[in-house]
Amino acid sequence: MVEIRFHGRGGQGTVVASKILADAIAKEGKWVQAYPEFGVERRGSPVVAFIRIDGRPIYDKSRIYAPDHVVVVDPTLVEAIDITEGLKPGGTIIINSDRRPEEFEFRGKFRVRTINATEIAVKHKLGSLTAPIVNTAIAGAVVKILGLARPESLAAAIRDGIPIKPEDNVKAAEEAYEKA
Amino acid sequence: MRKVIMGNHALSYGAMLARSQVISAYPITPQTQVVELLSEMCADGTLDAQFIKVESEHSAMASCIGASVAGARAFTATSAQGLALMHEMLHWAAGGRHPIVMGNINRAMAPGWSIWTDQNDSLSQRDTGWMQFYCSSNQEVVDTVIQAFKVAETLMIPAMVILDAFALSHTYEVVDVPDQALVDRYLPPFKPSIKLTPADPRAFGGLTGAEHYMELRYKLQKDMEKAPALIEETGREFGKVFGRELGLVDPYLCGDAEFVFVTSGTAGFTARVAVDELRAAGVKAGNLRIKVFRPFPFDRVREVLGKVKKAAVVDRNCSYGAGGIFYQEVKSAVYGRPGMPPLIGYVAGLGGRDITTAQFKEVAADAMAKAKAEEEIVWIGVKK
Amino acid sequence: MRPRKAKKIVFKSAEEMPLMICSVGHQTHNLTGAWRNIRPEIDLERCIKCGICWKFCPEPSIDVVDEWPVIDYDYCKGCGICAEECPTKCIAMVEERK
Repeated sequence: MVEIRFHGRGGQGTVVASKILADAIAKEGKWVQAYPEFGVERRGSPVVAFIRIDGRPIYDKSRIYAPDHVVVVDPTLVEAIDITEGLKPGGTIIINSDRRPEEFEFRGKFRVRTINATEIAVKHKLGSLTAPIVNTAIAGAVVKILGLARPESLAAAIRDGIPIKPEDNVKAAEEAYEKA
Repeated sequence: MRKVIMGNHALSYGAMLARSQVISAYPITPQTQVVELLSEMCADGTLDAQFIKVESEHSAMASCIGASVAGARAFTATSAQGLALMHEMLHWAAGGRHPIVMGNINRAMAPGWSIWTDQNDSLSQRDTGWMQFYCSSNQEVVDTVIQAFKVAETLMIPAMVILDAFALSHTYEVVDVPDQALVDRYLPPFKPSIKLTPADPRAFGGLTGAEHYMELRYKLQKDMEKAPALIEETGREFGKVFGRELGLVDPYLCGDAEFVFVTSGTAGFTARVAVDELRAAGVKAGNLRIKVFRPFPFDRVREVLGKVKKAAVVDRNCSYGAGGIFYQEVKSAVYGRPGMPPLIGYVAGLGGRDITTAQFKEVAADAMAKAKAEEEIVWIGVKK
Repeated sequence: MRPRKAKKIVFKSAEEMPLMICSVGHQTHNLTGAWRNIRPEIDLERCIKCGICWKFCPEPSIDVVDEWPVIDYDYCKGCGICAEECPTKCIAMVEERK
């Protein structure tokens, strides 16, 4: 079983990112469970979403405390909160950032990868310049880095689940997949 | 069709596939998306149903009763305080024998104000005469709505399909959404023998004196007694059509178990994982998940418990002054029967506190250390 | 003398009772006029055809025929609301003769 935690801010599409990923993975016959932090989200406040992936039906309905990987949708959260909380040693941290992985330092041994999802989202005119919607670009990078699904499955999941600018979102995901 | 959907939408799909004809609901967190999706379906023509907007849950149930008495298949959904506000109308629906199906998202009662899960909202409606199905996965939610209409309309008793707030309502899971043609084959249109129609004028729900009231309630109880067999029969039939059987209880590795958890809701599935871990550590554990609470599956519970040495009933609810509510029912099921194991009652996960596999193992260790049944309720995960 | 037509159904067993508590053709057999001990009588000479009695009758057992009020004594329970509300006081409540 693989467990992933997503950190973002309300309004960036963090929960949708986890849902699109779940959809893409499910299209390949695997079992998934995706859920947001059980609370009341506000735009701009830190939000958390989770995803569980397994080759068989998932019976564990409790929350994820020790994820295998962490995805940081908003780079400012790296300083604001402890994004490594509970993360298993050797786990991967994927950060939306224009910086190189070596520039990040965390206590503990983790594999850090970065993807400039904001730049990709802006290029494909997703969201606005001040509030780009980066979730599909993030999803593209995550499936590549963690080997979760084929890009075709992700594209299909985006077309099914994102009603606004689906083709631009697919392109953003594909570009992130290439660059990651 | 395999889809990744949230529990709330599983309820909506169930109501849609059952071809609900009237939907009336008032929004409340965490139920809101159930009705949002249904109202969209009504607006875009996906579902040929009358969507009635109302000003309260009391009115939502009242309009479902009106629809049902006029011969329409009626659906609604609510949660916690909304369900409590419906309370009077719940008696009307069951007492009037209107087979409405309602989704209830288990949410803790306020105060303290909470939007998170526990079962006290639905269990407070235990004696209204509604059937209650507690689901543990989104698949079970969509399947159970369809089955619930079939059972409800056969017996003319309303049914609640219940799922945990957030742990199911807002959790996306892989669901095999049943094919409409197969649902139509399984669930025929609702055709009540008596209904409100100008062609055959009647007045419903009128004054009933002492010479008749008791007979009405006797009939309700007698029909409730028929429900367990009917739920199993329609559950087997569901299995034949859709490949997934639906039952009253879901025993997991109970056959050779020395110790079992008795559980419900999402905790009923988490307990399975704990059982696997306990078995890997050499403990012969099992899990008896109770799906149907009303009618209570006395026979099935006794069948399983009669073969084990000890049982721990884990309740995500509490009847203050008595303890866990499933615990009370399980005790009454084994009362006076020889060969039944000692029972120990646990309360966990109130107000949305997580119930983890570690907690189940804590329960197992506590229960196995106790020689006999105890009156005292053990609270798990509480900061004493 | 009016025949007493109010009828009560008593079922002998639970089995013969319907599941739903409902009266069958209630208004066709249960002539509630039998409950009345005072009856309204309209003096049409003074009636201004305002329709207030028709509007206020809670039963409703006042019909309007060719603009004139007509009381259906099969159902009128003799509550007297029409007499109370009539602006010209042309409705009198008179004792039923047994």
